[in-house]
Amino acid sequence: MTSIAKPQIPLLPLERNQLGLTIRDYAGSMSTLCAGCGHDSVTAAIQEALWGLSIPPYQVAKLSGIGCSSKTPQYFDSEAVGFNSVHGRMAAVASGAAAANRDLVVVGVSGDGDSLSIGLGNLAHAIRRNVRMLYVIANNGVYGLTKGQFSASADIGSRSRKGEPNLMPPVDPMLLGLSLGATFLARGFSGDKAQLVPILRAGLSHGGFALVDVISPCVQFNDHEGSTKSFRYVREHELQDIDADIIPVRGQIHSEQTPGSVTEVELHDGSRVLFRAVPEGYDPRDRVRVGSYLVESARRGEIATGLLYLDETTPDMHQLSATTQDRLWDLPFERLCPGSTELARFQARLR
Amino acid sequence: MAEVQLPEAPSRARVNEFAIKLANVNGTGSASTNNLLMQTIFRMGVPVSGKNLFPSNIQGLPTWYEVRVSQSGHTARTASFDLMVAMNGQTYQQDIGEVASGGYLVYDDSWPLDSEMRRPDITFLGAPLAQLCAQRFGTVKERILMKNVATAGLVAALLALPVDELSKQLVAAYSRRPQLLEDNQAALQLGYQYALENFPCPLPFHVEQMGAPDGRILIDGNTAVALGAVYAGATVGAWYPITPATSVMENFIRLCAQYRRHPGPDGREVNDYLILQAEDELAALGIVVGASWAGARAFTSTSGPGLSLMQELLGLAYYTEVPAVLVDVQRAGPSTGMPTRVQQADLLSAAFASHGDTRHILLFPSDPRECFLHTVKAFDLAERFQTPVLVMSDLDIGMNDWEVPELTWDDSYRPDRGRLLSPEELERLERFWRYGDPDPEWTTPRAVPGETPRAGHLVRGSGHDLRAVYTERPDEYQEVVDRLLRKHRAAAQHLPPPVVEMHEGAPFGVITMGSCDLAVREALEQLPGPAPSYLRVTGYPFPAAVAEFVAAHPHCYVVEQNRDGQLRSLLLIETGFGGERLRPVLSYGGLPITASFIRDRILEQESPK
Repeated sequence: MTSIAKPQIPLLPLERNQLGLTIRDYAGSMSTLCAGCGHDSVTAAIQEALWGLSIPPYQVAKLSGIGCSSKTPQYFDSEAVGFNSVHGRMAAVASGAAAANRDLVVVGVSGDGDSLSIGLGNLAHAIRRNVRMLYVIANNGVYGLTKGQFSASADIGSRSRKGEPNLMPPVDPMLLGLSLGATFLARGFSGDKAQLVPILRAGLSHGGFALVDVISPCVQFNDHEGSTKSFRYVREHELQDIDADIIPVRGQIHSEQTPGSVTEVELHDGSRVLFRAVPEGYDPRDRVRVGSYLVESARRGEIATGLLYLDETTPDMHQLSATTQDRLWDLPFERLCPGSTELARFQARLR
Repeated sequence: MAEVQLPEAPSRARVNEFAIKLANVNGTGSASTNNLLMQTIFRMGVPVSGKNLFPSNIQGLPTWYEVRVSQSGHTARTASFDLMVAMNGQTYQQDIGEVASGGYLVYDDSWPLDSEMRRPDITFLGAPLAQLCAQRFGTVKERILMKNVATAGLVAALLALPVDELSKQLVAAYSRRPQLLEDNQAALQLGYQYALENFPCPLPFHVEQMGAPDGRILIDGNTAVALGAVYAGATVGAWYPITPATSVMENFIRLCAQYRRHPGPDGREVNDYLILQAEDELAALGIVVGASWAGARAFTSTSGPGLSLMQELLGLAYYTEVPAVLVDVQRAGPSTGMPTRVQQADLLSAAFASHGDTRHILLFPSDPRECFLHTVKAFDLAERFQTPVLVMSDLDIGMNDWEVPELTWDDSYRPDRGRLLSPEELERLERFWRYGDPDPEWTTPRAVPGETPRAGHLVRGSGHDLRAVYTERPDEYQEVVDRLLRKHRAAAQHLPPPVVEMHEGAPFGVITMGSCDLAVREALEQLPGPAPSYLRVTGYPFPAAVAEFVAAHPHCYVVEQNRDGQLRSLLLIETGFGGERLRPVLSYGGLPITASFIRDRILEQESPK
């Protein structure tokens, strides 16, 4: 997950999780992204979140589409089986994987072009289906691999490196998700791992589709003066309004919360999420108020980060479909095939 | 009231060997009449086929139903009709024109028929069905619906069908709705009695019982595909509605609800399947690819426009070597084309679907029975060769009822999962290279996500080496794509074998595929001189027998239902034979191909004037 070769022997003894694994056991290959790319920090945060939750590395299914961000599944959890699919279709492919095996920990990594332009339809409907998965958008407002075209999340007035302004309104995945009935919406900043890791852990523990929008500046094509997705812009305009941390039932792993205006929400797996709502009374379960809050902060040019919306009551894809608790992919054939006697009976009405 | 004109041409006395056509307006309930007649003839043990020619519309446009009765088993479509039941004023002109000389036309003489439309060589039978129904039934809706049933009664009398059998079917259909049953029975008798009293019943051509239809069933291809998917153990289906493929997944939904639902631990019903109606065809195939990658048997069904949208994902599945089953119920293209008309025009775009060097495995079922068998086979091939398999059905097979031998099932069947390795097998492996260590048929070990730390890898649609790692090196890239070509060739011998009928001294061969089969066989019987040889290709890649067949004849006719001779092109590509050796016989107007068309095209070329 880094751009430089990692030393084989750790200098300090590394902390172990409940499986006795260190963060290195969740590592992937060396990143081939540009030095300083925000996406590498996203990768590191995903790695830390998986480690922190003591998820067996091989139980993860990593998926992505096409683009810089979609290269990142190679850079974490090399024990997992992954699928770098085609542009814009990861949400659909992930839906299928989740359908076939409901025990998988499905992690999808995508970008703003992959998710909000070419793949907008597939993302929207994966949200509607409430597929249980963590879906990360590493959002930099720009097409990196083709060298700097605006993406659908570029803000109005944001300037490309050549100086042209973007004139079209951005697609905000959080507002989009809210309107589609998303059940988990969070936004982080690749430069703020302390906030991002807990968000990702909460997303991994969520019982449905967890959409995490991570502002992840592109050091090559969108980190200049005039860009609204640059490190500097985000640092200056980020609103850390809603902190979240996850406290798995097995015990507290990480919590730097200062008690105050705290809302506690229990996730499907029994773990709890705490929100520190800076605007008095911010309730991430109040869809109407979350919506107006997001619109207002966007109008002020501010980026609201944190766990923005949560609904743990809506059934996920498998619940909606009343699927068996067993994994579909390896159900015994005897349970699936009605057999010759039944075939004869079926055809009685066709005679 | 009846108006019977004496025929000027002699009528043809043919028992169990004729065709009728019913012209109607869609959305008026005429389908029930069609089924009633078709079922009755089928149950009399006489070979029969029904072709529903319907518009891409819900209500108000012309629709026809053609029934061919043939004791000699020729149930391909024919364009010559002995009896026309013309119940749609909009299409009188056209319908009258399609009656064979010496034939009959039934019309509703509640309104007078324009005398200019009369033909001296056919018999016009007028029956005031609308008036009779208006007297008997109260509401407008009832009158319209019941007129259809009265028509069935009338035709039953003309064709000597046992009215009790029709009546029995009405009881079966409406047993839970006594008032409706009573109305239907009354309407049936209304038409039946009217015909007996006023028409020369039965007509010279009519139906006589041939015994029970032992071992035969009446089924459409889309139902058969769905049944095949259930029996093959498919657990994930993803689709986007499209004519004429929609009823594939609708039937799969129905069959799964019937066979795959059982009480869960808390007593509530749970499903051993998951079917997703996707937002588009891209997502439908994306879901199938994802589910197959994760180990499930998954499939989608679509037609031409959907196949176009699925191209990129077909390329992904091909290159990443993920199984996928796709049923393409072909309709007339290009673009939206004619959604309710048939063609076999997706052949080339299916064989080479997606950009880059791709080739897929195709199966060509010729009737609903083969739809069932080929669908099961498709899942085995997809898993064994870790690649997409496309079942190339069409609208004629998919949406019409065909009479076929009863389906059978071998209970010892178990899915062929190919080289899908268990965690134990993976543990025993010295190394796991997803695209390395091919078997003699060029397939490589496969592992699903979530099972063991031994299998970590990332498959990708981008250039990759034997370990699935990204590469741009020519040798590493070529090693993988060369193996894919060998693997595709190796699949040929696992496809359903082609149907080859060689005749000593055959002047030429005839090659066809899919739903052309019956019409071609009938045409061959009508050709004078020594019998030509016959080849029906059943899938792609072609086994050696296909090239051998072409080589064994001075020339071959390639009969297919598209404009460009797509099967011929595929034969040219794969066998090297082309030009005069392979002569196209092409029917592509959208209606199922007929024997007379094939016969005439071949005769034109065999005896040039």
